[in-house]
Amino acid sequence: MEPILFIVFGAIAVGGAIMVVTRRHPMSSALFLILTLFAVAALFVLRQAHFLAAIQVIVYAGAVVVLFIFVIMLINVPENKLPLERLTGFRFLGIMVAGLFILEAALVARRFATPGTPTADSGSVEAVGRALFTDYLLAFEVTSVLLLAAVIGAIALAKKRI
Amino acid sequence: MAPISIDAAALLTSVQSIVPEIIVVATAIFVLLLDLAISEEKKHLLCGMGLLGIGVALFSVYALGQGRIEGFSGMIVHDGMGAFFDVVILSACALTFLMATGYSEWEGTHKGEFYSLILLSTSGMMFMAKGTDLMTVFLGLETLSIPIYVLVGFHRNRMSSLEGALKYFLLGAFASGFLLYGIALIYAVTGTTKIPVLATMLYDPRILASPLFLAGTGLLLVGFAFKVSLVPFHMWTPDAYEGAPTVVTAFMSAAVKAAAFAALIRVLLVALPGMQPVLWKVLWGLAVLTMTVGNLSALVQNNVKRLLAYSSIAHAGYILVGLVSGDVLGGQASLFYLLVYAFMNMGAFGVVMLIAQKEDEGYDIANLAGIGFKYPALGALLTLFLISLGGIPPTAGFVGKFYLFSAAVKNGYIWLAVIGVLNSAASIYYYLRMVVYMYMVTPDVEVAVPRPPRILFSMALCASAVVVVVLGIIPRSVLEIAERSVLSLLM
Repeated sequence: MEPILFIVFGAIAVGGAIMVVTRRHPMSSALFLILTLFAVAALFVLRQAHFLAAIQVIVYAGAVVVLFIFVIMLINVPENKLPLERLTGFRFLGIMVAGLFILEAALVARRFATPGTPTADSGSVEAVGRALFTDYLLAFEVTSVLLLAAVIGAIALAKKRI
Repeated sequence: MAPISIDAAALLTSVQSIVPEIIVVATAIFVLLLDLAISEEKKHLLCGMGLLGIGVALFSVYALGQGRIEGFSGMIVHDGMGAFFDVVILSACALTFLMATGYSEWEGTHKGEFYSLILLSTSGMMFMAKGTDLMTVFLGLETLSIPIYVLVGFHRNRMSSLEGALKYFLLGAFASGFLLYGIALIYAVTGTTKIPVLATMLYDPRILASPLFLAGTGLLLVGFAFKVSLVPFHMWTPDAYEGAPTVVTAFMSAAVKAAAFAALIRVLLVALPGMQPVLWKVLWGLAVLTMTVGNLSALVQNNVKRLLAYSSIAHAGYILVGLVSGDVLGGQASLFYLLVYAFMNMGAFGVVMLIAQKEDEGYDIANLAGIGFKYPALGALLTLFLISLGGIPPTAGFVGKFYLFSAAVKNGYIWLAVIGVLNSAASIYYYLRMVVYMYMVTPDVEVAVPRPPRILFSMALCASAVVVVVLGIIPRSVLEIAERSVLSLLM
C-alpha cells in the first residue's frame, strides 16, 4: 500500500510544482502551490513525521500561501496586462541545468542514499517536543531571539514615523 | 514516555556557557523598553546603557576565561576560541556604539531600534562563533543577518540605502538557503549536525567519498563564502556597504566578517580536517581569486566607501590564506588578523565618516583633498589606519600579514604567499592614493569641513589607533592568546 501512496502523492507534488511555474496567472500558481504543499505533507505522513506534516499544512499551506494570495489580490494585475513568457536563451539554459541537476540527484539517490527506517513515534508531537525542550533547547531559545529581531526590524522599516 | 527530568547542575553549566550572550540580549531588550520611557532629549542615554551592557558582557567573558565550558548537550561551547571572538565582536560593537553617538545626531538615526538591532545582531554573532552544532551556527547566522538587513536600509528615504538593503536581503536569503541545504545533506549522510561528532565520522572513508557529503560541504562553503564576501560570492558587498549608513558599514565589515570566519574556522579545523587533502585546493583558489579581484576592483574606485568595500573583500582573501593549510599556525594568524582588521577598518570608516558631510555626496575621494594639513589629527589617524590596511610596518596590519603569509610559506604554499604579497603591494597604491589626496592635492573649491567629533567618537578613534600601533610593536601576547584559542579547538 505504501509504495502506491508514495507514487500517487509524489506525482501530485511534482505535477503541482510544474503547474506553479508554468501558469500565467499568479493566482493559479499560488493555488497549485497549495496542492503541492498538501501532497508533500502527505509524503511526510508516510514517513511517520506526523508533526512535520501538520506544521507543513498549518504554516505553509495555511499561512504563507494565504499571504501570497493577499499580495496578489492587493497588486491586482488585470489578465491582459500579464507579461507573456517566451522561451529565451536564459530560460532554455535554466531548463538544461535543471534537467542535468535532476539526473544527477537521481543518480546519487539511487547509488548512495541509505534511507533509515523511521520508528513509529519518532515524528510524533511528543517526540519532537521532547527533543525541542531537551537537546535542542538552545536552538529553541535562539530562535526566539531571532524572531524578536525580525519583529523589531520589520517595525523599524515599516512604521510611518520613528 | 517518561517525564523529562531536569539536571540542575547541567542546566547551570549550560547557562554559564552563554552568560555574555544573555547579557547582550537582555541589554537589547532593556534599551528597547527604555526608548519608550524617556523623552526625546535624553535619547543619548540609550547609547550609554548599551555601552554599559557591552562592558558587563566583556567583563563576563574575562571572568569565564579561556576554560572550556560545554552547554546545552553540546550545542554551544565557551572555549578559548569562543572567548577570543566574543572579545573581537563585543569590541566592534562597542566601537559602533561610540561612533553612533555623533552619527545618529547628524543623520537623525537616534532611535532605540537602532541600538537594539545592533545588540541583537551582536548576540547572533556570538552564538555563531561559539556554536558547536551546525544548527546553532545557522541560527546565529540568521540572528546576525536579519538585523543587519534592516540596518543597511535604515535610511528609508535614500534610494541607495534601500537598494543595498534589498540586494543584501535577497542574496543573503539565498545564501542562507545554500547553507541550510548543505547542513541537511551532511545530516543525511552522517546523521549528525554536531561539529565534533562529524570529525569522528570522517574517519570512515565511505562517508568521505560520498557525493552527498561532498555536495553538502560545498554548499556549506558557499553559505560561509557569501557572508565573508569571498569572490565570486561578493557581488552584494559594494552596494550594501555603500548604501548602508556608514556606522553600520563599519560594524558589518568588522563584526560580521569576524563571526562568519569564526564559524568557518571551527568547521574547517574541527569537523573537516579529514577533507583537508581535497579542500585546500578549493580554499587556495578562493583565496587567490578573492585577493586579486578585490584589489584590482579597488584600484579604480573613486568613492571612498566602495573603495573600502573592495578592500574588505581583498582582506577576506588574506584571512583565508591562513585557513588553507588547516593547521594551528595559520589559524592563529587568521585570528590575529581578524582582531586587527576590526580595529583598523572601523577606525578608517570612523575618520571617513567625519570628513563626509552628507551621506551621499561626501564620500568622493576628491573630498579628502587638503584635509591632511588643515586637520592634522584626522589626517594622521586616517593615514595610520590606511598604512595598517596596506600592511606597512610598524603597524598591526603588517604583523598580521607577515604571520599569514609566513604560515603559508611554512606549510609549503609558496605560490599562495607570493600572490598574496604581490596583491598586498598592489593594494598600497589605492591606500596611498587616499593619503596623497589628503596631503598633496590642492582642493578645487575649498577644503571640506569635517564634523566636530563627540568626545566618545574621538575615544573610539583613539582606541583603534592605540590598538593598531601597540599590536604593531608588541604583538606577542595577543599572538599567544590567539594560539591558545586555536589549540583549544583541537583538544
